Amino acid sequence: MSIEILMPALSPTMTEGNLSKWLIKKGDAVKAGDLIAEIETDKATMEVEAVDEGVVLDLLFEEGEANIPVNKAIAIIGDPNEKVEVKKEAPIEKVIEEKKIEKNIETKIENKKADIIDTPSPKIEEDRNLSSEEITMRQALRDTMAEEMRKDNKVFILGEEVAEYQGAYKVTQGLLQEFGKERVLDTPISEHGFTGLAVGAAFKGLRPILEFMTFNFSMQAIDQIINSAAKTLYMSGGQINCPIVFRGPNGAAAQVAAQHSQDFSSWYSQVPGLKVIAPSTPYNAKGLLRSAISDQNPVIFLENEILYGLKGQVNNDINFSIPIGKANIEKEGKDLTIVTYSIMLQKSKEAALRLKEEYNLDVEIIDLQTLRPLDTETILNSVKKTNRLITVEESWPFGSVGSEIANIVQRDAFDYLDSPVIKVNSADVPMPYALSLEKLYLPQVDDIINAAKKVSYIK
Amino acid sequence: MKKLQKVDYIKMYSYMLKIRRFEERAAQLYGMGKIGGFCHLYIGQEAVVVGILMTIDKNDSVVTTYRDHGHMIARGLDPKRIMAELTGREDGYSAGKGGSMHMFSKENNFYGGHGIVGAQVPIGTGIAFTHKYNGEKNICRTYIGDGAMNNGQVFEAFNLAALWKLPVLYIIENNKYGMGTSVDRAAAGLDLYKRGEAFGIPGEKVDGMNVFSVIEAADKAGKYVREGNGPYIIEVQTYRYRGHSMSDPAKYRTKEELDNYKQTDPIEIVKAEILKKKIATNDEIEKINKDTLEEIKNAAEFATNSPFPKDSELYTDVYL
Repeated sequence: MSIEILMPALSPTMTEGNLSKWLIKKGDAVKAGDLIAEIETDKATMEVEAVDEGVVLDLLFEEGEANIPVNKAIAIIGDPNEKVEVKKEAPIEKVIEEKKIEKNIETKIENKKADIIDTPSPKIEEDRNLSSEEITMRQALRDTMAEEMRKDNKVFILGEEVAEYQGAYKVTQGLLQEFGKERVLDTPISEHGFTGLAVGAAFKGLRPILEFMTFNFSMQAIDQIINSAAKTLYMSGGQINCPIVFRGPNGAAAQVAAQHSQDFSSWYSQVPGLKVIAPSTPYNAKGLLRSAISDQNPVIFLENEILYGLKGQVNNDINFSIPIGKANIEKEGKDLTIVTYSIMLQKSKEAALRLKEEYNLDVEIIDLQTLRPLDTETILNSVKKTNRLITVEESWPFGSVGSEIANIVQRDAFDYLDSPVIKVNSADVPMPYALSLEKLYLPQVDDIINAAKKVSYIK
Repeated sequence: MKKLQKVDYIKMYSYMLKIRRFEERAAQLYGMGKIGGFCHLYIGQEAVVVGILMTIDKNDSVVTTYRDHGHMIARGLDPKRIMAELTGREDGYSAGKGGSMHMFSKENNFYGGHGIVGAQVPIGTGIAFTHKYNGEKNICRTYIGDGAMNNGQVFEAFNLAALWKLPVLYIIENNKYGMGTSVDRAAAGLDLYKRGEAFGIPGEKVDGMNVFSVIEAADKAGKYVREGNGPYIIEVQTYRYRGHSMSDPAKYRTKEELDNYKQTDPIEIVKAEILKKKIATNDEIEKINKDTLEEIKNAAEFATNSPFPKDSELYTDVYL
């Protein structure tokens, strides 16, 4: 009997990998535990071990082949005396079907890529400096940090695994090599300490970029962020500012459960003295991160792990920036407004397509880009046009960004509303681990569609 | 160590006295309702900051706790503007927005005044990081109360400072009580200066009632740090005569204990030394006393006459 060796998922968000090296060849006998290949993932290059025994009957990919989907067969082992038919195309669809539920929403985004992500927003279309090639969000962030570090010696990076490991999510890849260990510093797992240190350095005139491996760990340091970074300018009567960027992935990844899946957007957006940014595409990630690094104030820059692999065109001008506090009208429409940010932009766009197809609703989508200061003008103008509003975000519902938007809109555009504002949020529970429950927890396209139907009084 | 000159003795005496008179006046203004909120007095601890001051370079940085009035005076800041911050007026160092616990003077490299116990320790370590990053020869003096020595971020900062050899001098002001809890009820192991040992940070215990002991230790430690050897810890044994804050009657300690410390009053020690060495006469000392009293009286008057911040100031200085 032959056994297929499948491309393994080596991280919670990995959907495909590159086969960088075979450590076995056809005809080799392998035992469980033998190293068989080196796989490059979205985060690192890792060795893969055999879990079954047999002789290598076939290798289905050449060394160097890229973007091999998770769960696709990459090799066949078995008994050489048995006659087996080897198919070059292993049935990946079957595996997914068996699971019934998609591995994670990145897969879903990938599936919809042709429809959704490749549709540039009007603003990007107008951009004359658009790159010809598409890059990932990860690369856009990296490039921007490198560009700013080249311009200003006072900019430096610190965080866990940012240097020698090349970034826990590879966002700082190559920066150590270019800028050296004085400017790219690996810290111990010591958020409270190194955050306070970075805040002190910013008080004294440096411009730190502090990476939280994820924002979940920023809670260890939240006193320094709120009480020291955000308030000192005020408490010092304007003398001491804190030009620092706190960045890293925020919100849910894929099945990492309650302690590693929290969305902090509304927490930080509540704090005067902080600016809060949540990019949604490589294009705005670049423009917004540049503004964040150049800003004289502490900026919370909420990335999203699942979006790191998202590709798109960017503006390669090393001075291109997107102003903090400006929302982007991602798609114009006349029937209802969706206000969203970060990863939920993708789901909102998907919902908008279906709302057009299935209900002939013309949706306007506003991508906030900055959460604090909030671009209320763009939201209000849109609501005055469409008369209907839903907010879509990954945060918990109580006191979310959407709650504040609903308040502003009822206060300043009450007479324009044709229906109550509806918020689409995550479930009001800690994030569960199980794949099925995780999906229930997170806002899905159907939730957005249901909310849109409700504000449009469609049964 | 550089030999102390006559002028140094006078300077020490004047500064310590100025701090004492300032704090007494602050207590009076607090009682009159002119100062609000929390107000933590430094009376009894004057020799600590003044001893350190004697070894400091003007480009060195300082960061301290909320018991900061004396630290600002020792940094050479204007008592008028310090008192005006205590009264919450527009001439205060933080324009009335910080108050007693949150005062800063960037131009004098004084980085606060921090209200959260322990928070100033990583911050001071980061300021030291900046000195090193910029290739400066300066050091950051980071003061820590004994209460903060049981706070996790302090040890995170020690680890980082030792790991990266940062030019930071940690000064533990051990005044024996973290609010109302005595050190022996809060700290497992009373030798706080040894708490850097695991990180390879040398430490030393010093009599903080005697300014000369403080100077000697601060000079040695300062040199060590300035030469690029990494951090150093001085634990200064001191005592606050007053309660933790103005609202604390200090019933957790005995009158005898307080009286005992008053026998070794830091200001009296310097005065005795000045008279013994015939650096100044009794009359000259009297003149300093009178002038200091007058200066602080003027500061109080200035601080109570300075206008409150304008209403429009509520919304300024949130962002730069």
